Amino acid sequence: MPLYAVLTGLILGGVIMAIAKYNPFAAYAALFSGAFGSPTAIGNTLAGAVPLILAGLGIAVAFRTGLFNIGAEGQYWVGAMAAVWVGYHFPTMPWIVHVPLALGAAMLAGGIWGGVIPGLAKAFVGAHEVITTMMMSYIAILIAHFMVENGPMMAPGYVPQSPTVAASATLPPILPTVFLNSNLSDAFFIAVAAIVVVHIVLFHTTLGYKLRAVGFNARAARYAGMNVPLYTVLALGVSGVLAGLAGGVQLLGVDFQLTDTFQSGYGYTAIVVALLARNNPIGIFFASVFFAALSAGSQIMQINAGVSANMTDVITGIIIFFVATDRLYGYWSQKMRPHRPSSTAAIISGKGESPQ
Amino acid sequence: MALLEIRGLCKSFAHVVANADVYLDVEAGTTHAILGENGAGKSTLIKMISGLYRPDSGEIALDGAVQHFASPRDAILAGIGVVHQHFMLIPAMTVAENIVLGTERQGDAATLRQSRLLFNRKRAAASVQELSESLGLPIDPWAKVETLSVGMQQRVEIVKALYRRARVLILDEPTAVLTPQETEELFAVIRKLNQDGIPVIFISHKLDEVRAVASTVTVMRAGKTVRTAPVADATAAQLANWMVGRDVILQSRKEEVAVGDSVLEVKNLRASDDRKTEKVRGVSFSVRRGEIFGVAGIDGNGQTELVEAIVGLRKVNGGSVHLLDRDIGHMSVGERIARGIAYVPQDRQQDGLILSFSIAENLQLREVSKAPFSRRGWLTRAAARKRAQQLVEEFDVRPPVIDASAGSLSGGNQQKVILAREMSRNPELLVAVQPTRGLDVGAIEGIHRYLLQLRAEGRAILLVSLELDEILSLADRIGVMHAGEMAAVMDNQNVTRESLGLAMTGKWSEKEAIS
Amino acid sequence: MNFWVQIFANPELYAATLAMATPIALAAVGGTFSERTGVVNIAMEGIMLVGAFFGVMVAAATHSAWLGMFGGVIAGGLMALALAWPAIRLQSDQVIVGMALNVFAGGLTAFLLNTVYGYNGTPTSTPSLPIVTLPWISHIPFIGQVIGQHDVVVYLMFLFVILAHFTLFHTNLGLRMRAVGEHPEAAETVGISVVKIRYLGVTIGGMLSGLAGVYLSLGMLSSFEVNMTNGRGFIALAAMIFGKWTPFGAFGAALLFGFATALSIALQGSGVSANLVGILPYALTIIALTGLIGRSRPPAADGLPYVATK
Repeated sequence: MPLYAVLTGLILGGVIMAIAKYNPFAAYAALFSGAFGSPTAIGNTLAGAVPLILAGLGIAVAFRTGLFNIGAEGQYWVGAMAAVWVGYHFPTMPWIVHVPLALGAAMLAGGIWGGVIPGLAKAFVGAHEVITTMMMSYIAILIAHFMVENGPMMAPGYVPQSPTVAASATLPPILPTVFLNSNLSDAFFIAVAAIVVVHIVLFHTTLGYKLRAVGFNARAARYAGMNVPLYTVLALGVSGVLAGLAGGVQLLGVDFQLTDTFQSGYGYTAIVVALLARNNPIGIFFASVFFAALSAGSQIMQINAGVSANMTDVITGIIIFFVATDRLYGYWSQKMRPHRPSSTAAIISGKGESPQ
Repeated sequence: MALLEIRGLCKSFAHVVANADVYLDVEAGTTHAILGENGAGKSTLIKMISGLYRPDSGEIALDGAVQHFASPRDAILAGIGVVHQHFMLIPAMTVAENIVLGTERQGDAATLRQSRLLFNRKRAAASVQELSESLGLPIDPWAKVETLSVGMQQRVEIVKALYRRARVLILDEPTAVLTPQETEELFAVIRKLNQDGIPVIFISHKLDEVRAVASTVTVMRAGKTVRTAPVADATAAQLANWMVGRDVILQSRKEEVAVGDSVLEVKNLRASDDRKTEKVRGVSFSVRRGEIFGVAGIDGNGQTELVEAIVGLRKVNGGSVHLLDRDIGHMSVGERIARGIAYVPQDRQQDGLILSFSIAENLQLREVSKAPFSRRGWLTRAAARKRAQQLVEEFDVRPPVIDASAGSLSGGNQQKVILAREMSRNPELLVAVQPTRGLDVGAIEGIHRYLLQLRAEGRAILLVSLELDEILSLADRIGVMHAGEMAAVMDNQNVTRESLGLAMTGKWSEKEAIS
Repeated sequence: MNFWVQIFANPELYAATLAMATPIALAAVGGTFSERTGVVNIAMEGIMLVGAFFGVMVAAATHSAWLGMFGGVIAGGLMALALAWPAIRLQSDQVIVGMALNVFAGGLTAFLLNTVYGYNGTPTSTPSLPIVTLPWISHIPFIGQVIGQHDVVVYLMFLFVILAHFTLFHTNLGLRMRAVGEHPEAAETVGISVVKIRYLGVTIGGMLSGLAGVYLSLGMLSSFEVNMTNGRGFIALAAMIFGKWTPFGAFGAALLFGFATALSIALQGSGVSANLVGILPYALTIIALTGLIGRSRPPAADGLPYVATK
């Protein structure tokens, strides 16, 4: 099904390009070479996948628990802020302490942003997490701007940006001689490790079992004696921790400082990643690489084939649409059938179960 | 000629015949009761009359004209008014808004003093008030429905139906949610409507109410209308008989089991439903080792709340629950599980299982934090799978594939998974609610045999069921719930269907039992 | 002290508030229509973008800002149908579909801008919607400066807010809409078509969001720019919630949020952070949802798919 959505997205995207008098094959070829055509391109694509993997894992954990964390973008930003702050504040700290401290701060910030406020609001007053995480997200983005635009994190001078993190807080590049000038850093290993950890927690611990149980059927979980509100807060918290970590590694591995033009969008794409991967940690790796490739290749597509790089957003939108409307096929096959069973039972009983 | 005639209505769903050959004649200005157990086919009949279901065959005629209702709208326009058991009111809206909703395009907007386009709250309120007063059913048209008592909400439903010029009013289990005083008021309303020439179809399973308000009664059983008679000519005992039938009870061969100590002691238990209405009003009973204690009763008489209070899903408002002399009344579900309560909930799919989990995963749902399912927070997959395989074989779950999702199993096998999970923990007490609901005959027999086997092993079982046959064939003692009270506790040895039927409908007294 | 008096006594601040509030109010009222009938709409941002783009496109092609406005409104309505159909017929997750539309719309409008107009952007000859000067009122001191002279859409916004309130609360159609959003089963039992009402609500909502977009592109400017809505669709979502799903409430919230924006502009260069002022709408929405100041309660059936009879 997700594959079918991807194919539909690529085909419809091609159709739109063809209508606009572009050659879709040339465009896709350029896109592909932009994403995978050289070691540097591959390095950049994998580097682009890193924040998507981490934030996507976070969103998947929430989804697994039946919660929609739409605010990973903001959790990413608070994580980024925390990591940068720790990163430039302790210039003399040894690497082995500094990096974990900075990433730990990023995770903590993301966890609080995602878990504490939206989580508690959901668990205790039933405020819908879609809205609360979204609003928290915008607040985070504005705070980040405030920090570097004449705010407490602005570097000396007139440019709205934070100081650069100390060398002791940066994640070193991977095989710089191979992936020449690419953004690929040790953050990639952190992302892969996170996949393994999330996979293990979800599928090999009682905690993961309970999170999934609450997500699939909160009533049955409650009947079996589980503390549903606790796992709600926990799931949103873990979700935020991972999105915060995404911001952290991006800053320590790629960006090194906050600027006010720093626009990520990773938090939103990560939702698509989780949807497309059906919340499977390993699937998230491939979905992240796919979207990172779309994004990395889009520039080359624009240069070589003349197609606006925004075409990839069109394709992404179509893919999400078809992931959400996976009942389409069932709907059409039902329309073909001459006699449809009456579903009126649902009206009065509310459930449409067996008749009395 | 009768105002409403039902001739040979039939309706089946996939595997179930819900109505077979139903006949009904309702005369103008009378109250016609339809009496029947749960599942006798009353609701299906009502849904056909109100346009929600289309009959497979048969006719509905109003004033001699055959009707073909394609939708509830058609039925409303023809003059059918229904007050559903679960009210179809919008809590956040006012009484007047609820009543006039949707009427502006239904024929006589002008006579209802409604503009077709504009909604004039004052005028709507005035016309509702006027109608309600002329009917002798005063209501405040400006009140929000969510602030009204259940009795008042029902009144709103009745006025809503009459506002649509109902010529026949159907009340589906109208007294189920009412207090005795509200019930009396309702009866007065029904009599008044009759005087105005409006016939009322009164669906109920309460004999005394039928006798109090109806002139004619039709009894339904197993989807058929079995008898119609003037109420005056039928005794309560006769009606009870017709209702539950005289079929020979298939008595399972029960071994003699020595009854042991009491395992569950419930004393003066009180509990409320989600709307904070007290549904369990001081219930006391005990369940002993080697005994099946059956709880019988019509749906909605507090059984659900009673069970939930015992297993820990509902707050206990008063009284006590003891398991093996330990007060468990204020423990969490988890603690009660640990103390030895096993629970087979009424809704297998919603409450008992996680359908997208595998059989193996479902088998650890209640005790995932313990051996052999996990150690120090880590799932011990191999041991858990071994255990699952064992259980699947022992309980004969088919197919015996522990990785199959629970949702892929048949109802009977789903129930086996739940029983396997619950019983493998060697519990002190099994609480089973409707354990055979919706299962086929073979599966029912299997579950019944298993419950009797548990009894023979000397376990204590609390069985709650709406199926009288099930209770009669399995239980050693039977407690009958009526209106939140344990109306009677009888020994299965000397119980009759009649006495059960009477107790379930609130017509039983100690004197009758002794005589 | 003097500084603040200067800021707050300046009628420009309030005129700007009104201008800033207009797109938010229009989209928020649109969202109100959608959600009142039970379909969650987080796609206002995307619908606004589409309205803004097609508004300019039609205006540039026909040299008529009015036709452009019409085109933008229709485009918004069509875009909303892409939400309505899966939400109503396929019981899809409305939030995810809404997200898809936002991403799609952002990409599509940017792609089309580039493809149709190249790097120079939309034609400079594109007409913009007229500015209306109210007779008499514009001469009243202060008040005239605040409300006397605005883009025509600002006045249309007033009209639509009132019309929306009237429709929802004083017509039978509105009664039906609210019933469907609260309790679709009950509505169906009295003969109301839940499907039709929901289509109508979502489409009206889309058209109003489209108009909000048109205001940005043909009202405030006469061109389209990539992602020119800049999050206003989400602020509109916040305004809808903060306004408790009523048109007047949404308008009030939009004024408050517009004021926050206008104030942050007025404070530029003064040392007070515009970013911190901008947090206000979002923080207030969370507070409203958690019930710290009068709980904001959505329609009971909002976002729940409904399996219809026919």
